[in-house]
Amino acid sequence: MKIHEYQAKSLLAKFGLPVPTGTPVLALADVAPAAEKLIQSTSNETVVVKAQIHAGGRGKGGGVKVVKGAAAASDAAGKIFGRPLVTHQTGPGGRIVKRLLIEQGVSIARELYASILVDRARSRVAVMVSAAGGMDIEEVAAKSPEKILIEHVDPAVGLAAYQARNLAYTLGLKAEAAKGVTGFLLKLYSAFMALDASLLEINPLVITSSAEVLALDCKMTFDDNALERHKDVAEMRDLDEEDPTESEARKFDLNFIKLDGNIGCMVNGAGLAMATMDIIKYFGATPANFLDVGGGATKEKVTAAFKILTSDASVKGIFVNIFGGIMKCDVIAGGVIAAVAEIGLRVPLVVRLAGTNVELGTKMLAESGLPITTASDMADGARKIVELVGRTQ
Amino acid sequence: MAILASKQTRVVVHGLTGSAGTFHAKQMRDYGTAVVGGVTPGKGGTVHEGFPIYDTALQAVAATGANTSVIFVPPFGAADSILEAAGAGIELVVCITEGIPVLDMVRVKRALEGKSCRLVGPNCPGVITPGAAKLGIMPGYIHKPGSVGIVSRSGTLTYEAAFQLTELGLGQSTAVGIGGDPVKGLDFIDCLKLFDADADTKAILLIGEIGGTSEEDAAAFVKANIKKPVAAFVAGLTAPPGRRMGHAGAIISGGKGKASDKIAALKEAGIAIAPTPADLGKTLASVYR
Repeated sequence: MKIHEYQAKSLLAKFGLPVPTGTPVLALADVAPAAEKLIQSTSNETVVVKAQIHAGGRGKGGGVKVVKGAAAASDAAGKIFGRPLVTHQTGPGGRIVKRLLIEQGVSIARELYASILVDRARSRVAVMVSAAGGMDIEEVAAKSPEKILIEHVDPAVGLAAYQARNLAYTLGLKAEAAKGVTGFLLKLYSAFMALDASLLEINPLVITSSAEVLALDCKMTFDDNALERHKDVAEMRDLDEEDPTESEARKFDLNFIKLDGNIGCMVNGAGLAMATMDIIKYFGATPANFLDVGGGATKEKVTAAFKILTSDASVKGIFVNIFGGIMKCDVIAGGVIAAVAEIGLRVPLVVRLAGTNVELGTKMLAESGLPITTASDMADGARKIVELVGRTQ
Repeated sequence: MAILASKQTRVVVHGLTGSAGTFHAKQMRDYGTAVVGGVTPGKGGTVHEGFPIYDTALQAVAATGANTSVIFVPPFGAADSILEAAGAGIELVVCITEGIPVLDMVRVKRALEGKSCRLVGPNCPGVITPGAAKLGIMPGYIHKPGSVGIVSRSGTLTYEAAFQLTELGLGQSTAVGIGGDPVKGLDFIDCLKLFDADADTKAILLIGEIGGTSEEDAAAFVKANIKKPVAAFVAGLTAPPGRRMGHAGAIISGGKGKASDKIAALKEAGIAIAPTPADLGKTLASVYR
């Protein structure tokens, strides 16, 4: 799960990490008063207005404005708020900006990069820093990987102070700045572990002209598997940033991801669900979604999944591909029949069943009298649905 | 001989008294696996569906001589159960549980370092040596004793592969589902080594998916070390970047983990690639000798 920058910064502050003074704002009318208050409390005319969306590249996309005075802040906010912001991560439609962060301006002496994530190849947490702060770190990693310094952490020990010092001094920092960054990294690691984060990225991590260390931006992503033990974080979920169908699917504990094709898929198991998308593409059409109904789905869950597919106007045909293990084919058949009975069927439906209780499931579908095309295997099913819907490439 | 699971396997099931644990312990027993007991703290001394229950893994091992654990404990307790099994001297731990926090697994991996205990999973269907032992949730009847070793990151794709090989008459020596999590026990290379050393395994079918670099590492390993024929499939050619495709480990991030890169690396290592998931068996058969 992702959260907004202002939420991430509030979590950083809880762990004693230095962030600029700022206020989140949810309505345009609140910008001027918030900016005025900020200017008074910081004795600093410079104010930064930052669009809060779950996508990177906000600065380049025009979503971050540095201005002087409350009136100018309000003007700048008016150009961002309520409008779509397009960045390299949002797609061409962009995202509507519904939240802003009004923050004090900072006089920057140096921009660094810091992040913490799980290095899956090493099964360890990795702390990374770079002197190339403020840049697109993926580009730095691709073009000059030597500019990124990494320390892997032994979980039994935690990030050792010497590792944090190694990173700070290897960056070429001296005296107070080195001390400040060392302390920052140690606290950042504590926050990462305590929050069950999967990514914690500070870009840029700045050293101000008065030698203070400050997290100027912050991106946090959390391990979905651990959210249940962090209710405060789970509450930060912003449904406006998510596809409504995906949010609906999550209520039923379904793994659903919207894609841009026209063949809806319902599959059990994530690997088979991906493979089903691939085989649809192989036969010349494009999948409308990824949908894994999971191993232990009930008839109700299957019905909910089927409704999600049929309610999508872009879906011109549905392919149900099930290899029953724990999941029984008769449960799938029962769910599909119940869903069709309730909401009807406006598009072609191809069902392929294999595995546990396949005979019973197939018999139920045949006896239902519904216009269902059955398939003998996965390739047969994919070919049939593509024929019925038509090729798109 | 096969790998990991055999007639000598003696299984203790952690979380046997839960609904998934009960169902699958019975299924494993029905398949002919020696399920010698269960571990549920607080229920020691009782008998559940004919299985003796122990409070701790230590007691279960002492009483039954179990050498293998299969774990069905809920996500927040599963990491502890893996450590408990390892601490009790269990040689092979198969963790079925899906949804264990990644940082829990980072700690588990650290704790298992230097120990002889092997971990399969988590978030996996388990291990089956057809005709000998079934350690997990896969349907037994789609398998058949044979000579192809399967190693896979996906559960249902493993079933698909096993079923296709069974229909072709090749069968399986052992099928190992290594699981869909980013931090896990045995990886492709560990299983490739085991299959390579196993006389019953004549060919290997590897099933990967997007995320991480395990397939690329496996490709390099096969090229340098494996003489047995290998076929492979990688799921997720159509997966969009930055989205977690069900499995916690199935995500393309930072430009890494793409299916196309993995397929290219596997091809470059001389591995036969199944063009679609419907061709897993056929592709393996085409290189089988």
